[in-house]
Amino acid sequence: MNELSDNAYQPDALIAENIEHYLAQHQDKSLLRFITCGSVDDGKSTLIGRLLYDSKMVFEDQLGQLEADSKSVGTQGGELDFALLVDGLSAEREQGITIDVAYRFFSTTARKFIVADTPGHEQYTRNMVTGASTADLAVILIDARKGVLPQTRRHSYIVHLLGIKNVVLAVNKMDLVDYSQDVFDKIVEDYREFASDIGITDFVPIPLSGFRGDNITQAPSDNTSWYTGPSLMSHLEQVEVRGASAGEEPFRMAVQWVNRPNLDFRGFSGQIASGVVKIGDTVRIVPSGRTSVIKTISTFDGDREEAQVAQSVTLVLEDEVDCSRGDVIAASDDPPETSDQFEATIVWMGEEAMKPGRGYWLKLGTQTVTAKVQQPKYEINVDTRAKLAAKTLALNAIGVAELHTEKPITFEPYAENRQMGGFVLIDKLTNATVGAGMLNFSLRRANNVHWQPLEISRADHAAMKNQQPRVLWFTGLSGSGKSTIANAVEKRLSVMNRHTFLLDGDNVRHGLNRDLGFTEADRIENIRRIGEVAKLMTDAGLIVLTAFISPFRAERQMVRDMMPEGEFIEIFVDTPLEVAEERDVKGLYKKARAGELKNFTGIDSPYEPPENPEITVNTVAMTADEAAAAIIEKILPLK
Amino acid sequence: MPRTLTHLERLEAESIHIMREVVATAHKPVMLYSVGKDSAVMLHLARKAFHPSAPPFPLLHVDTTWKFRDMYAMRDRMAETSGMELLVWQNEEAKEQGINPFDHGSLHTDMWKTQGLKQALDHYGFDAAFGGARRDEEKSRAKERVISIRNASHGWNPKAQRPELWNVYNTRLSKGESMRVFPLSNWTELDIWQYIMGEGIDIVPLYLAAPRPTFVHEGQLLMADDVERLERVMGRRPEITTRSVRFRTLGCFPLTGAVESEASTLAEVVQEMLLTTTSERQGRVIDRDEGGAGMEKKKQEGYF
Repeated sequence: MNELSDNAYQPDALIAENIEHYLAQHQDKSLLRFITCGSVDDGKSTLIGRLLYDSKMVFEDQLGQLEADSKSVGTQGGELDFALLVDGLSAEREQGITIDVAYRFFSTTARKFIVADTPGHEQYTRNMVTGASTADLAVILIDARKGVLPQTRRHSYIVHLLGIKNVVLAVNKMDLVDYSQDVFDKIVEDYREFASDIGITDFVPIPLSGFRGDNITQAPSDNTSWYTGPSLMSHLEQVEVRGASAGEEPFRMAVQWVNRPNLDFRGFSGQIASGVVKIGDTVRIVPSGRTSVIKTISTFDGDREEAQVAQSVTLVLEDEVDCSRGDVIAASDDPPETSDQFEATIVWMGEEAMKPGRGYWLKLGTQTVTAKVQQPKYEINVDTRAKLAAKTLALNAIGVAELHTEKPITFEPYAENRQMGGFVLIDKLTNATVGAGMLNFSLRRANNVHWQPLEISRADHAAMKNQQPRVLWFTGLSGSGKSTIANAVEKRLSVMNRHTFLLDGDNVRHGLNRDLGFTEADRIENIRRIGEVAKLMTDAGLIVLTAFISPFRAERQMVRDMMPEGEFIEIFVDTPLEVAEERDVKGLYKKARAGELKNFTGIDSPYEPPENPEITVNTVAMTADEAAAAIIEKILPLK
Repeated sequence: MPRTLTHLERLEAESIHIMREVVATAHKPVMLYSVGKDSAVMLHLARKAFHPSAPPFPLLHVDTTWKFRDMYAMRDRMAETSGMELLVWQNEEAKEQGINPFDHGSLHTDMWKTQGLKQALDHYGFDAAFGGARRDEEKSRAKERVISIRNASHGWNPKAQRPELWNVYNTRLSKGESMRVFPLSNWTELDIWQYIMGEGIDIVPLYLAAPRPTFVHEGQLLMADDVERLERVMGRRPEITTRSVRFRTLGCFPLTGAVESEASTLAEVVQEMLLTTTSERQGRVIDRDEGGAGMEKKKQEGYF
């Protein structure tokens, strides 16, 4: 009972003395995520309960409950059963086992810890793989009485498979082998032998008693004076967190969401998967292969100069390049590969066995595509690592198979980048997550697609036509001579081998816009559609000429805003109303004056002349041909 | 060369990632906004995640009509500041039957909160709802997924939850299913407070100690936020004493126990929290309703 109250949560003395100082100390803690691997019998829950207890995370009232529970349902003969601190759901409390991945939290002055606690019974593979996927470190538990068992190999294999570099070998229940150094040394030697076989080259062995508390927070404990290494807690506090040292990795960020609050801002949001990015860096969009330059790194707290791996940011690029969810923004000189055929290691998690050849959704980063898995090359016996022939993979099986995606995906081998190489498989009918996998390599070797843009860009279209796209937007009163002059300009351009197209009332009003009348709303919509068509044509590389009255400044401005800067050329065909009315080629002014035509520009509907047209032609002073020549003169060069 | 991020930086980046992932794939997301400190942090993170856009979903407040007045004021202010649409849902049935925390005990929570939430989600057809629950709050929450799939009647089946690996979240839904999303899953109580202080996040003043009108009811120290209403429902005027109190959690004022305290700054509140030797949720009556499995049972029935 004394020990109990001594170990209840006790606040750091600094909290009472100087809370500001205490908080400042804790503000910059780092985070370590780790997983504990072992079976029920290894005392895993007990060890985690002990870590919580020894880091003073258990409150008085919880300890009271623990004491009562230990007596009624405990497995330690009435003594404190720390496992009860971490067993959650009532169903499993009754069964005395944990059935899923649970996440526990504790912290010390140095670090915050997130522990993935996974069960050690038959669902262990699925749960352990899940817990290991986010862990920086693994604690592999061994019962000192039993030594290295097949399940130890299993745990170690999965830890290595999931790419965890920091391994602690926790030789637990040392109290039951009289804290014998010989027993400990023998286990460490046994483990070293097969660990190196698996590929685990480095690990930290610690003799422990979760139940008695040896070497949990202080080492060596009185019972293990022969031990010279760190306590479990101090190792967890000091071990270098993965990611911090991996500085040389190239920049990669999968685009999650395009942030577009208005026409002036287009940002690409995502969490950086590796490397560092700075303003001014040249980046490449994969798979299109386009390059651009980082213009700003936008955050709620203001723009930043740079951002790094693990941060969630919004990047703004200098150019209007196509980029959307699923694309990867990467260092331009070292972009990731794309492929549609892979070798992958797959962990099956569905109740129903894998169906080779069936289409599953594959989600990797922010990309979701249909994928078909071939019949496995082999299944891996996780205890012996023997390769077994297999037609499929059942729940908890691990195997290696070829995998084809319906369209290419951007990736990196899992061993190089967890975020770019780890994926889940989703059943298309039930939407359940039925598998997880790690891409080993692409079956099509280095096709270097990223060096050649996959799409024909706007610039490519223009280059093929050897010209600079333009919209020559003629505006002026009815009868001012817009169509006549535009036709003359087009003829001259055609002689110059330019690719052009003329949009006027004749080819637009009868087709695209035949549903529109002459009300103000319809006239606005008329111009909007013409603007959109003109934009598409300039995207195709054409020089577009439009000849419409287009009486309102706002609509002309709207079209101007659709185009890249400099491509919209407003040409004001300046003819006084009386001159136009006098010409009255089509007899329209006469009808309008007679009241037979409503909303006629210049008569009962206003014309707003351009304030700053690029070109003005005065049709009173020059002929249509002279005006055309003057316009050509002004728009050269066209390349 | 990247540096080691602090624990708060890593938690922030993870929460933002989760929110963006859901917004990019859900048809009609919503954020459940309870006006408490966890909601305040969640809303702040949402504003960060989508800046310079406003978060592209509405806020939903499932109202019981018994919240503290300060909470209503804060709610309306935050909706305005964030530029988000605020939806308030009150269960009409509960209103008609006059369900209240004094006469109806746990039925009050069930009808106003659990049923009210289901009604609101069904009414608007939301397929994804962000909530501020944390795994460290309670034992059964430790196993909750970040994306928790609910069936058509909003029930939670702990055996049919999807494995979550790396930062890859499966947000695909079958017909009738919806998801509850917990972007703060990996935050602890202390993380929340540290973040509020570090970021200067606005929270309801009730978290800070001040002289307030209080009365004792069934062993709990409660605040008389609306004396006339209390009198109507209780049939008598409670005996009111002014005490310096604050609240560790915020809910319906007749269900939320106050603690006597002099902590009038955030640092002092955290100091008191860290100096307390009992677990967090003692101030909230709801957990004790049905023994140790109270929260778990509520979750299976569709409570958040």
